[in-house]
Amino acid sequence: MVSLLPLELEGATLTRGGRRLVGPIDLRVEAGGITVVIGPNGSGKTSLLRMMHGLQPAKGTLRWNLPEAEARLRQSFVFQRPVVLRRSVAANLAYPLLLRGTPRAKARAMAEAQAARFDLTGQLDQPAPSLSGGEQQRLALARALITAPEMLFADEPCAALDGRATRAVESHLRYAGRRTTLVMSTHDMGQARRLASRVVFLLHGRVHESSPAAQFFARPETEAARAFLNGDIVE
Amino acid sequence: MDDLLDGLAAAVRLIVTADAELIAITLLSLRVTLTAVAIACLIGLPLGAWLAVRRFRWRRAVIATLNALIGLPPVVVGLVVYLMLSRSGPFGVLGLLFTPTAMIVAQVVIVTPLVASIAHQAMRELWAEYHDLLISLGATRRQRVLALILDGRRSLLTAALAGFGRAIGEVGAIMIVGGNIDGATRVLTTAIALETGRGDFALALGLGFVLIALALIVSGASHWAMRTERQSRW
Repeated sequence: MVSLLPLELEGATLTRGGRRLVGPIDLRVEAGGITVVIGPNGSGKTSLLRMMHGLQPAKGTLRWNLPEAEARLRQSFVFQRPVVLRRSVAANLAYPLLLRGTPRAKARAMAEAQAARFDLTGQLDQPAPSLSGGEQQRLALARALITAPEMLFADEPCAALDGRATRAVESHLRYAGRRTTLVMSTHDMGQARRLASRVVFLLHGRVHESSPAAQFFARPETEAARAFLNGDIVE
Repeated sequence: MDDLLDGLAAAVRLIVTADAELIAITLLSLRVTLTAVAIACLIGLPLGAWLAVRRFRWRRAVIATLNALIGLPPVVVGLVVYLMLSRSGPFGVLGLLFTPTAMIVAQVVIVTPLVASIAHQAMRELWAEYHDLLISLGATRRQRVLALILDGRRSLLTAALAGFGRAIGEVGAIMIVGGNIDGATRVLTTAIALETGRGDFALALGLGFVLIALALIVSGASHWAMRTERQSRW
């Protein structure tokens, strides 16, 4: 099977109402590993992920290794604030499969298997909006992964979660990262250190530094990255 | 107080004896209103969903007009429909004036803006919540609207019920276009108006209680059918 990746961005820019949200970005995402996007608030982390996923049309070039229509089907997105459908947990899990034409019975069976993997079996028939925040995010992650995507975007997936829920989501992300190329953003430096194999440091909507995680955390190349890692306020 | 008790007694008497006229009037009320609400929903619910999902140039103007139309005085609607359907009017040849069909037409005009506006409000909130996810999952336009309608069905039911509530209690328009003809176009509300005018308060109140009971039964039945309020959340 032809791989979805690499993803190449050349001068990719996202604007809204004449205001530049992020870009121009030149970046290449290779298959495998966990790329963590970090940067101060307002540096464009969310916009970068949304642009790469194609939630908003971008200017410049954004090239998958596959035609766009097919590329879309092989990637998923987990939002910072979990979005759950007003349906049961099982129906939420089955929904992406049903959209792709999977027969109902098979989708239900896959949903049950996925629920078991994500510790949601007890809540299968519960309405998803009644779950706690941590459970909702676990459900969102399980739903995003049920189509076995080659690429998963996660936008600050633990921003609204407590320690226990964060630990659970992180372990699922790490596990997913073995088979799925992961691009996630976070403002939690501890989380970046725990998960990242590559780091992209954003500043003012531009890629300020992009390097392997070990190298970035040990010897950041730029002054701004060094200051950011030290916990200084970077403007 | 005595009038109220007499009215209650009259209502019980009418129902227990299965008064033929009461049944005929009630059935006509239900037929006219349910038909009108069904048509209003066929127009208003998709219109509301469409206004929530699509962006076009005159969208704001359409929504503002819709909201303004909610305030249409039924009597004026009745008058306009009357003029349209009267023998010298553009649809006079159809001979619809003073028929249940004319009453349905008037009620559709009154109820559709209300149904569409409430549906639009509900669909807009749901769409804001679902937008990114449905785009991300690659749902087609059809699949998106289906998801909105399916998951927003409780709100849509509310819209339909609000329409039913407005239509079943409406008297001004159907009085004008229906004419309150005994055995042909007399419904609960017009009968109440008539009996009150005649001074037969007991019968008027009796009919009033039947009308209220009808509204409660329809609302309760649809809530039960949709299984709302069974779970503690939503």
